[in-house]
Amino acid sequence: MSLITQVKRIPKFYRGNAACPGCPIPRELDILIEELGEKTVLVVPASCSTVILGDTSGMPATVPVVHSAFAASAAIASGIVRALRMRGDKDAIVTVWAGDGATGDIGFATLSGAAERNEDILYICYDNEAYMNTGIQRSGLTPKGAWTTTTPEGKREVKKPLPFIIAEHKVPYVATASIAYIYDYEAKMRKAKQIRGFRYIHLLSPCPPGWRFDSSLTIEIAKLAVETGVWPLFEIENGEFRLTSVSKTLLDKKNRKAVAEYLKLQGRFNKLTEEQIKEIEESIDEMWEQIKEMIKK
Amino acid sequence: MQVLKRKVLALVGNHAVAYAVKQAKPKVLAVFPITPQTTMLEKLAEYISSGELKAELVRIESEHSALASIYGAALAGARVFTATSSQGLLYMTEMIYWAGGQRVPIVAAVATRAIAEPWSIWDDHQDFVSKRDAIWIQIMAENVQEAYDMTIQAFRISEDERVILPVMMGFDGFILTHTMERVEVLEDYEVDSFLPPRQFNLIDFSDPVGVGPIAQPDEYMKIKFEAMKAMERAKGVIEEIMREYEKISGRKQYGLVECYKCEDAKYAFVTMGAWSGDAKVAVDRLRDQGIEAGLLKIRVFRPFPKEKVEEYLRSMKGVIVFDRAVSFGSGGILANEVKSSLYGLEVPVYNVVAGLGGKDVRPLHFQKVMEDLVEGKLEEERWLL
Ligand SMILES: Cc1ncc(C[n+]2csc(CCOP(=O)(O)OP(=O)(O)O)c2C)c(N)n1
Ligand code: SF4
Repeated sequence: MSLITQVKRIPKFYRGNAACPGCPIPRELDILIEELGEKTVLVVPASCSTVILGDTSGMPATVPVVHSAFAASAAIASGIVRALRMRGDKDAIVTVWAGDGATGDIGFATLSGAAERNEDILYICYDNEAYMNTGIQRSGLTPKGAWTTTTPEGKREVKKPLPFIIAEHKVPYVATASIAYIYDYEAKMRKAKQIRGFRYIHLLSPCPPGWRFDSSLTIEIAKLAVETGVWPLFEIENGEFRLTSVSKTLLDKKNRKAVAEYLKLQGRFNKLTEEQIKEIEESIDEMWEQIKEMIKK
Repeated sequence: MQVLKRKVLALVGNHAVAYAVKQAKPKVLAVFPITPQTTMLEKLAEYISSGELKAELVRIESEHSALASIYGAALAGARVFTATSSQGLLYMTEMIYWAGGQRVPIVAAVATRAIAEPWSIWDDHQDFVSKRDAIWIQIMAENVQEAYDMTIQAFRISEDERVILPVMMGFDGFILTHTMERVEVLEDYEVDSFLPPRQFNLIDFSDPVGVGPIAQPDEYMKIKFEAMKAMERAKGVIEEIMREYEKISGRKQYGLVECYKCEDAKYAFVTMGAWSGDAKVAVDRLRDQGIEAGLLKIRVFRPFPKEKVEEYLRSMKGVIVFDRAVSFGSGGILANEVKSSLYGLEVPVYNVVAGLGGKDVRPLHFQKVMEDLVEGKLEEERWLL
């Protein structure tokens, strides 16, 4: 049998991978495996992660990795988990690890289908807010105002509110996370591991070349996204909405840092006018008003 | 050889294939409706709901995902099946190439149907042959019995360790899917012995591998070369498996091609699929008229049996290839295959394009073009409009 596209993990001493300096993805994946354990299958659609996870000469992962066509990952995962369960494997965690483009655009129907069927998979969208692997083009999850190579004047439309859209499918678990709040991310992973059915975690994943910031600032920016209220940390468990970690303290606007602090560190926002910045700030306030409503319910 | 009295059922093509699939015991199936394949997957859903078939049915949201889901399931060790047609097959195309490129054992039935635009729900082969370069074994049935037999054989071929390739089983939309015929079926235990449980599985937590990563150019080309060799090997394996099936079923099976009165023929038709039956009727009538006609039916379209085609047709005075699919700007697709198989030989090959979008073709049509050939009146390419 000559299935030479199967590759083994590369030897332990070779710790490298093909991520850019300052890219959070390798660390995010390390944490994922630490929390979910070695009985995890990663399904990875075309993206930066495809490259990071190696070529036919070896892979820097300790669990099975199934590379996927761009639009297909939630469906491939559905098939894998059903076959594993038919084989009597009750506890393997089949996990999709997908970018925002695969999740919110081309794979959206596939994702929505899997959520609607409540497939027993964990879907993690690492959101770097553009198609990064193909060179920073806008996606449906690029925020309004952001520069990309296909929106040189700044994106005109708003970011798709994906965690809320998925929650509307009435799946058992939806959460957001940030690499700057590792304990929160880990706790959510642990929780997702215990739950059966469709679980969705949306992880904000700052990208130095795509967002135009110095590669030493990744964690700083991931942190500011939360502290300014741009990226609220929450979970929706069986329909119940709950803020987590520091986001619990941010309902009161005066606890939130100024949104401009987050924006000004990133070259992708440096053409914004004062007025546009104000508009973005207002939209964040608006989102927090909605969050208040959700908590009241 | 003592052959048992066979169980005979009256089945439409879709139900005959579903029956064969049930006996093959796949573990994961995906369904998405498209005419004229729909009633096959409905039947399979019934088998699963009644417990006759113990399998997972993924009621998926599109064809792209249908193939993706069984691709995933196949990687994880399950025997898998799906079916589609026309636009559905086109929508699946990206995953068709993934399954072929990764060389996963999958069986998919294609109820052949014309491709829009304009909309047409009727039969031709344009959908099926459009997948000829996707590293799939492609087999075409002539009648409902053959569709049943081929489905069972397809799982064996696909999973044979000398092959390990997906198999696409084509059968003419409506003409076979919806026509009821007498079908001799095997007993379940016979299928069990012919088709042992599958061994293939790429998800192993004690020894994890990566499936389908990026390949550098040297590796990429090597992988494609291996696939080409597997395709070539498949020819022998298919013949061997069909011979074995012949022993079990007690019925003559044909290998890569079927020769109908072509051994002593001076003129031959070449066909694929359901209208081969009409062509056989035409051959008999032409023989009555004193014309030494024969028919070479292509059963296996990929790998293309060019050696057999050459062997049977090398001394013909004229060959007429009937095509239900066209490469626009080049010609009939089957005709092009036959011409290239006969490269360097002095065999005149004529091409008749007919039956597109379900346009009726009868034995009389076959007869007429053969008469024209014999009288020296047939042009190189003729469309039966
Ligand atoms: C059908 C299809 N269209 C386009 C591509 C090209 N492509 C590969 S990766 C990619 C962008 C991925 O973006 P995203 O999902 O956000 O992940 P990221 O690269 O940012 O990690 C695109 C467009 C493809 N592989 N398949
Ligand atoms: S482009 Fe961005 S997301 Fe992609 S590897 Fe580089 S830093 Fe990571």
